[in-house]
Amino acid sequence: MDSIVIRAEGLSKQYTIGRREAPYDTFREMVLRQVTASLRWIQNRGNNQANGSRIWALKDVSFEVKPGEVVGIIGRNGAGKTTLLKILSRITDPTKGFAEIRGRVASLLSVGTGFHPELTGRENIYLNGTILGMRKGEIAHKFDEIVSFAEIEKFIDTPVKHYSSGMYVRLAFAIAAHLDPEILLVDEVLAVGDVQFQKKCLGKMHDVASEGRTILFVSHNMAAVQRLCSRVIWLDGGAILKEGATNEVARHYLQYGLKNNGERIWDDIPTAPGDEVVRLRAIRALDVTGAVRTDFTVREPLTLEMEFWVIKEGYVLDAAFDLYNETGTALFSTVDNLDSPWKGKPRPPGIYKERCIIPGDFFNDAEISVTFGVVSNVFEKVHAQIIDAIGFTVIDTMDPSGVRGNYHRPWPPVAVRPRLHWTVERAPLDKKISLINDSSR
Amino acid sequence: MLGIRSRTRRTLRQIKNRIRTGYFSGAHRTLVQPSHGWRTLDLGELWAYRELFWVLALRDIKVRYKQTVLGCAWAIIQPLMGMFVFSIIFGHWVKVPSEGYPYPIFVYAALLPWTFFSNALSESANSVVSSTNLITKVYFPRLIIPLASIGSVLVDFLISSGVMLFLMLYYHVDWHLHLLALPFLILAVAFAALGIGTLLSALIVAYRDFRYVVPFMIQLLMFATPVVFPVTLVPPHWRWALYLNPMAGIVDGFRSAFLGKPFNRDILMLSFCASVILFLIGVAYFERVERRFADVI
Repeated sequence: MDSIVIRAEGLSKQYTIGRREAPYDTFREMVLRQVTASLRWIQNRGNNQANGSRIWALKDVSFEVKPGEVVGIIGRNGAGKTTLLKILSRITDPTKGFAEIRGRVASLLSVGTGFHPELTGRENIYLNGTILGMRKGEIAHKFDEIVSFAEIEKFIDTPVKHYSSGMYVRLAFAIAAHLDPEILLVDEVLAVGDVQFQKKCLGKMHDVASEGRTILFVSHNMAAVQRLCSRVIWLDGGAILKEGATNEVARHYLQYGLKNNGERIWDDIPTAPGDEVVRLRAIRALDVTGAVRTDFTVREPLTLEMEFWVIKEGYVLDAAFDLYNETGTALFSTVDNLDSPWKGKPRPPGIYKERCIIPGDFFNDAEISVTFGVVSNVFEKVHAQIIDAIGFTVIDTMDPSGVRGNYHRPWPPVAVRPRLHWTVERAPLDKKISLINDSSR
Repeated sequence: MLGIRSRTRRTLRQIKNRIRTGYFSGAHRTLVQPSHGWRTLDLGELWAYRELFWVLALRDIKVRYKQTVLGCAWAIIQPLMGMFVFSIIFGHWVKVPSEGYPYPIFVYAALLPWTFFSNALSESANSVVSSTNLITKVYFPRLIIPLASIGSVLVDFLISSGVMLFLMLYYHVDWHLHLLALPFLILAVAFAALGIGTLLSALIVAYRDFRYVVPFMIQLLMFATPVVFPVTLVPPHWRWALYLNPMAGIVDGFRSAFLGKPFNRDILMLSFCASVILFLIGVAYFERVERRFADVI
């Protein structure tokens, strides 16, 4: 009993959807929404169901965590990972069930919580540190370490609004990385910053974990989960689908999550992922004949097709894909920027359909998942994004006219296997070389 | 089956008791469970988070006049401009009686607490929704947000009180022992403003309509408070209605303190109690709905 630091029993969380709406941006929007809402209310009068559609974001989740364990929580979008973390960190109450946590908890649901742009780096370290639950003396003690970890020594007394986004994130993470709790609850915060810094943070977290602290780590980054966690809880539809040793769960997860969808469609704008500017409509992987497929050979070209709605005028938008393989390694990112007729120009509202052709002889054999998003490059804002939107398998058919030629051994587990052109030349030798003579002399 | 249930209940109680001991100590235990209905305010927890209170208050103070040319002069300009305008309109043209004191100092003595009250009220009412990023990302007793929000307003008040001293010198108003009542009066204003402020801040989380009520309410309340006119202007048989507004008694109390006129003790006590009760109601409602903030904000 005493060797358990987190015990969750039957944790459930119910949300009422429909009543939850994004905050208003403008007065006009507010009036508009108030009017439509009251019309809807009049229409639905006496019909309780319409106003109160409830969903269980988390359903009867029970588990135990022992001290010093690093437990990963994986699952696709909407599986309840963040809800679970929010309940454990007491941001929101469970609807049913309870959890008992022993020890000082710090939760990192995002980095830079409470950062104020007008305040300097120094002031923000104290502000953010206190918000995350550090004591003043503790922050003072670790101050220099935080600053040097963030590599912002020169700008420590500059307001953070003048920081580059990289510096901002580095500072934010440096503070978080120096938290010293007994239990750390971390949500996908590593999805920010440059790769080099991500590695540094992962390393720091690894140190924390090896010091015997308990960590609950929510992530889509399978590689990070595999590196950090000894045990994984896999959530799906708000419930635990599988729990166990990392490698075993990870294997099932990747097979399950990726194999069965080559296409995702959202036909209802209000519930489609996105914000008030952009909503996603569809994404699919197509073969040369235009059919949706989930299996491709390494030799085949394939087309990623995406559709989205632009609802609001006046935004310069770029559509982008990130591709990951089954180990969570990012293969590449691509953006429509170069070829788009709206490059640098605001897009008028409408339904946009974009295609990106990936040539044959490019992928390695892999399970590939596609993250798809529409971003505003000017404001560095992600308007709509779907992580692991679709997945497909690339199979090596050992075709000798492919990249492998007649190389018949397993191809190394690298990110891509592009068709590159080699030139092979030969020059004749001047004289005959005899290695045996050389060595005997 | 029954035995098991009573055992869990007992352990739950034990755990709850353990929570009371030390929030940040190593032996800290947290119980996460659904909460319903009215809750008692956990003062121990609030105390444990006192550093956060200071940090948030300090943040507001630091940020308030960043990137302004005049800086904290703005704290003085607001009541001073009010004083000029009211002195001309009500003192000079309308000739509102000012109990024998020069109208400017008479109105400034009331504008000081009134500005404090109205700023504290609007700051605290909007404080929770403007802290959405904190509320959805990290746990702490939410009550700290509205409480800390009046920090910067209090600093403004203290700065603008400096002007009062100059006015007292200029108009030859003597220092009086009544000034010793000021800390209590300030506390009463804070209680009244925070009472309404926390209540509104919790309501605004769920119903943004109340956001639009705040400026409107402040405007109306000002005329229900003897700021530009003396209490004596109100017919005696209607004064009870005036004193339903606790700020009426408190603002009059400020005048007595600054100008050395006699205190209306009963009314002052009544107003003070009313402020405290307002505060308790505000806090009680806030605590009741606090747990839902992250879901509805």
